[in-house]
Amino acid sequence: MAERLSTGFRADRIFLYAVLLCLAFLFLMPVYVMVVNSVKPLDEIRSGNLMALPIAWTIEPWLTAWSTAQIGVQPTGLKPYFVNSFLLVVPAVVISTLIGALNGYILTQFKFRGSHLMFAAMLFSVFIPFQIVLIPMAKTLGVLGLAGTVKGLVFVNVVYGIGFTTLFFRNYYAAFPLELVRSARMDGADFFGVLLRILLPSSGPIIVVTVIWQFTNIWNEFLFGASFSDYSSFPITVALNNLVNSSTGVKEYNVHFAGAFIAAVPTLIVYLVSGKYFVRGLMAGSVKG
Amino acid sequence: MATLDLINVQKSFGQTKILHDISISLADGEFLVLVGPSGCGKSTLMNIIAGLEEPSGGELKLDGRDITPLAPADRNISMVFQSYALYPNMTVAKNIEFPLAMRKVEKSKRAERVQSVAKLLQIEHLLERKPRQLSGGQRQRVAIGRALAREPRLYLFDEPLSNLDAQLRLDMRTEIKKLHQRLGATIVYVTHDQIEAMTLATRIAVMKGGVLQQLGTPYEVYNRPANTFVAGFMGSPRMNLIKARLVQEGSGLALEIQNATRPPLRIGLPDMPSAMNAHIGAEVIAGIRAEAVNLAGPGMTPAKTERAFDARVEVIEPTGADTLAVLDLSGNEFTVRLEPDVTLKPGQDARFFVDLAKLVCFDVKTEKLIA
Repeated sequence: MAERLSTGFRADRIFLYAVLLCLAFLFLMPVYVMVVNSVKPLDEIRSGNLMALPIAWTIEPWLTAWSTAQIGVQPTGLKPYFVNSFLLVVPAVVISTLIGALNGYILTQFKFRGSHLMFAAMLFSVFIPFQIVLIPMAKTLGVLGLAGTVKGLVFVNVVYGIGFTTLFFRNYYAAFPLELVRSARMDGADFFGVLLRILLPSSGPIIVVTVIWQFTNIWNEFLFGASFSDYSSFPITVALNNLVNSSTGVKEYNVHFAGAFIAAVPTLIVYLVSGKYFVRGLMAGSVKG
Repeated sequence: MATLDLINVQKSFGQTKILHDISISLADGEFLVLVGPSGCGKSTLMNIIAGLEEPSGGELKLDGRDITPLAPADRNISMVFQSYALYPNMTVAKNIEFPLAMRKVEKSKRAERVQSVAKLLQIEHLLERKPRQLSGGQRQRVAIGRALAREPRLYLFDEPLSNLDAQLRLDMRTEIKKLHQRLGATIVYVTHDQIEAMTLATRIAVMKGGVLQQLGTPYEVYNRPANTFVAGFMGSPRMNLIKARLVQEGSGLALEIQNATRPPLRIGLPDMPSAMNAHIGAEVIAGIRAEAVNLAGPGMTPAKTERAFDARVEVIEPTGADTLAVLDLSGNEFTVRLEPDVTLKPGQDARFFVDLAKLVCFDVKTEKLIA
């Protein structure tokens, strides 16, 4: 009996691992193709097999993609656009996270008329497709004088991110012990004192979740970047698109692969460094900890 | 320290009245315990004093000054919460210091204050720890320490002992009492535990359904309960409440406990308040504490206010310090507190003396004390 149980158990395990390995293979295959072909000379890609390892290894495509590829008017590579993306992502993430925390704080700690309606409206903004807001947003940016600038993109992404960040923080703070906030108020903490000294220092998990979420979304965002920026303010996603779609000359696939990888590196790093917090944070608040 | 006046305080949520017209005046240094079953409004009343909830009507005065419109932080009131509400991201020292830091007290003075409070509560060795590294009793001390730190004019305690285990609860109860005696502070304390109320209070406010049932010293509340609710709520075991007919007997009064199958049991009463005369011939509810009854030994005669009666023992519950017995008193359950070493057995008939000096009678209809 015990033997049958253990063999049954082993068969389950083998099946499980087989499935997991298949899935891992499925997901890792494109990464492999990208990496392998980004270190091959172009001739080898044209003549050979996409799956084969390079015969003559080279890092030339990476250097080209980073600093000399023709994207805008000047052959600058992806470098300035990579910088643009950072100038966009960092303030956009910080501002939208802080506003989300502030909204979550107000929506949970102050019972005011229409607070539920207001939260529902913010939640609804999460479901509005990007395309619908393109024209009104273009008009708004024009009026604000932010059209075609990185600041304009920061504004757009902050506005769009508030729905998510508010949702995250509201749900987290809804489970926050009411007595802590009451105690802080009696101890003399004012409106921002409660937020800065009591709530935020206890918000580690949800801050991590929000930052990862906002960082990857804004870093990978393409439509707003393509619509509201010009050559001086393209984020990396738009620059990568331009690199790949440039219609002149030969298609330098190895450079394209290298460029795509460069564009993906920051989000990869963010996931690798804080992925475990992401999973933990998504659970936080659902169960009383 | 300070005096506190609650003047006609009311609270309602929509149509529901949570508090009906509560008026209480506290002298300097009083320890008021608000006690009642859950949902009686005691916590709401405390939150209103703290400023965490707004009253729908009425006024609050601290030292004669109207504090009703003030924010919680501006009232100079400290509160100890049921969950302790220690800030999890701060050390014990930072927790105690927090109210001082919020009031922009000078740094050196803060450190001094933290030290003296820690010394008072014997938590000096815990100052660098985080709240999660503390036991329940230690957290409780830290919470009290934080309340003490800024030397407020009034302290509020919201069921501070209910999260502790039984032994620790007794210890902390004594400590809170000592603290009150040492500081001479004015304290309002909320609990649902009537023993805590009796032991700690200088005055008890018994509440039920948002209505103040009785405000009085522990002695008054225990011995002269204002109505049958207070009589049943305060004290363990509960006061025996028995329906009986009040009859004239010679120049005095007597109670007649009716029974459908047995002849009525008649017990002559000592001198009673003259208000009782209005109820002659009517039913009243007689309230007798368990400890007013003793087992009659052979050859013993009842004292001046004592009366003898016979009853059957139904249940014996030894508690160690004394033995509780449930008697069948002419068809009514009647709990008495006897010497710990009585040798009664269930089913046995025995003779008891009941001391009627502290007998209280309640009106059957209004359930109020006849006095």
